[in-house]
Amino acid sequence: MNAPALLPPLAPRDTKGWLVAPALLFIVALFIYPFAYGLVLSFQPMNGGGVWANYVAFFTDTSMWPTILVTLKLAVPATLLNVGVSIPVAFALRRNSPYQKLVTTLLVIPVTLGTVLIADGMLTYFGPNGWFPQALQGLHLYTDEVRLTHNYWGVLISLIVSGFPFAFLLTLSYVTGIDPTLASAAATLGASPWQQFRRIYLPLLVPGLTMAACLSFVQAFSVFPSAVLLGAPAGPTRVMSIAAAEAAFENYDYALASAIAMVMGFVQLLVVAGMLGARRFFYSGPVTGGKG
Amino acid sequence: MTTDRHATPQWSASASQAPAVAGEDEGKQAGSVESAGHAGQAGRNQGAQPGNAVKQRTPLPERVWRVLVWGAMVFFLVNVLLLIATVAVNSVATRWFGTLLPQGFTLHWYAQAWSDFQLASVLWVTVEVVGAVVILSVLLGVPAAYALARVQFPGKRFAVLVFLLPLMVPPVTYGIPMATVMYKVGLAGTLPGVILANLVPALPFVILVMTPFIEQIDPNLEAAARIFGANTFRYFRYVLLPLLVPGMLAAGLLVLVRTIGMFELTFFTAGPGTQTLVVALYYAVFSTGVRAPQSIDAMAMIYMAITLIWVLIALQFVSPTQIVSRVKEQKR
Repeated sequence: MNAPALLPPLAPRDTKGWLVAPALLFIVALFIYPFAYGLVLSFQPMNGGGVWANYVAFFTDTSMWPTILVTLKLAVPATLLNVGVSIPVAFALRRNSPYQKLVTTLLVIPVTLGTVLIADGMLTYFGPNGWFPQALQGLHLYTDEVRLTHNYWGVLISLIVSGFPFAFLLTLSYVTGIDPTLASAAATLGASPWQQFRRIYLPLLVPGLTMAACLSFVQAFSVFPSAVLLGAPAGPTRVMSIAAAEAAFENYDYALASAIAMVMGFVQLLVVAGMLGARRFFYSGPVTGGKG
Repeated sequence: MTTDRHATPQWSASASQAPAVAGEDEGKQAGSVESAGHAGQAGRNQGAQPGNAVKQRTPLPERVWRVLVWGAMVFFLVNVLLLIATVAVNSVATRWFGTLLPQGFTLHWYAQAWSDFQLASVLWVTVEVVGAVVILSVLLGVPAAYALARVQFPGKRFAVLVFLLPLMVPPVTYGIPMATVMYKVGLAGTLPGVILANLVPALPFVILVMTPFIEQIDPNLEAAARIFGANTFRYFRYVLLPLLVPGMLAAGLLVLVRTIGMFELTFFTAGPGTQTLVVALYYAVFSTGVRAPQSIDAMAMIYMAITLIWVLIALQFVSPTQIVSRVKEQKR
C-alpha cells in the first residue's frame, strides 16, 4: 500500500521523497498489517462456527459484553472530570509565571512515572492503613472504614492521578496559544473575567478541548494495569482490555481477543467521532489577533 | 549661587516626587479601568434589572472561585507527592502498620529487591530495549521527517496519516493483534520482538517532533553548500547534521522517557527473560504477598529514580507539555 509506488512518475520527482520509505514500511509492517491481520482473524473463530461467531460470543456472553459498560462507566466520568477541572486551572495559570513552571513540572512526574507505579503507591497510600484514610479519620471527616482500593473508586482515582496532568498540560498549551490581547480588548469594553472566559476563551478553546477530551477518553478507555492492580478485575472493574488480555494470554484464543480489540477500537472511534462531530457546531477560526 | 543652591534641591525633590506620583497614577488608572469595568457593568445591569444587588459583589465570588481552583490544584499535588512519599518511606521501613510512620528504618530491602527480582538482568534488558528503541527511532525517523518537511511527493497525506495512527490508537487496542502476529512469527518473548513493539509508537513520535524542527531550518543553506562545492555527504555531515543535533537530542530524550514507562506493549510481547523494569514491577505488584511489600516498593523506588533522572535531564531541553502531548504543533 505504498502510495508513491502505485503512481507512475508524471514529472521528474525529488528522489529525497524515498527517505520516508523505511519508516513507512516499518509502520505498515508492524501496525497496519497486524491490525488487518487481527481484523481478518476475528472472523475466523478458533472453535469453528460462523464468520460472526466471535462477535456473537462477545455480545451474548455475560462475562464479555458488560465490560463495555464497565469501561464506559470508568472512562466517561474520568474524562469529564479531568478535562472539566483542567479548564479553570489552566485558565488560572495561563500567564507565564514561576507558578506555571512549578505546577507543570510537578505534574509531569505522575505522567512519566506511569500507571504501574501510581497503582503501587496508591495501594499503600489509599489502602486501609495508608496516610489518606488515616488523615480522613484523624480529622473526623469520615468515621467508617475507608475503602478506596480494590474497587471502582481505586481505578477511578488512578485514572484521575495519571489522566488529569495529561489533560491539564494539553489544555494549558491550548489556553496559552490564545492571544491574551483579545481578552484585554474585551476587558477594556467592560467584560468581567467570567464574560471574558465565556465569550472569548471558551469558543476559541473548543477545538483544542475536543482534542484533549478525545485523547483523554481514549487513554482512559484503554485502562489496563490499574484496573487489574487497583480494581476488582473479576467483577466491578472488569474492563474491556482485561477481557481481551485474558482471551489472548490465558485462553490463547487470539481470534476472540482480536474481536474484542476490534470492538474496543470501534467504541473508541464512535465516541471520538461523536465528539469531533459535535465540535463543528462551534467556532473554529484563528485564535490570534487580527494579523494572526 | 544661593538661588541656584536653593533651586537644585527643589527641582530634585519635585523630580523624585514625580515618578512616585506617576506610579500612583498608573496604579489608580489600572485599578480604575477594572473598577470602571465593574461599575459600568453593574450600572448597566441595574438599568436592566433594578434591585439586582448580587452583581455588585462580583469580587467575593471571584475570590472564592480562585481559592477553590487553587485549593483543588494544591490538594491534587499534595496527594500525588504524598503518594510518592509513601512508596519512599515504605521502601526503607522495617515494619509499618496503621501508624503515621514506620517503627524503624532500614536499607536492606534494596539489597533484597535486587536479588528477589533479579534486577541486574531486568535493568540490563531495560537498557538494551530503551537504547535500541531510541537509536532506531532516531535513525529511521529523522530521514522520514526530512522527506515530510522538505519534499512534496504523491501519497504524502497518506504517509502522514499512517504515522499519526499509532499515536492516536491506544497501545492496548493495537497491542493485542500485534502480539498475535508476533507469536505467529516467533518474535514474541524475544528481545528483538520487544524492541520492535516499542518502536511502533516511538518512531511516529520522533517523526512528528522532527518534522516542524526540520521545516524551520533554512533550505537556502543547502543551495549555499552546493555552490561551495559540497557533495551530498559533505552537506549532510557538515551542514545539516550539526543543525539537526538539538532536535534529535530532544526527540531522543522524549522517546527515552516514554519508552521507560511504556507498559502495555512490553507486557504483551515480553517473555520471562525479556521483561523491562516496569513490567517486572507490574508482576511484583500483581503477586503482592509473595514478596514483602517493602521489597516491591524498593524496586519501585529504583524505577522511579531512573525515570525521574531522565525526566529532569529531558526537561532541560524540552517543555513539560512535549512529554505529554504527542505533538506540540498539533495546536494549529
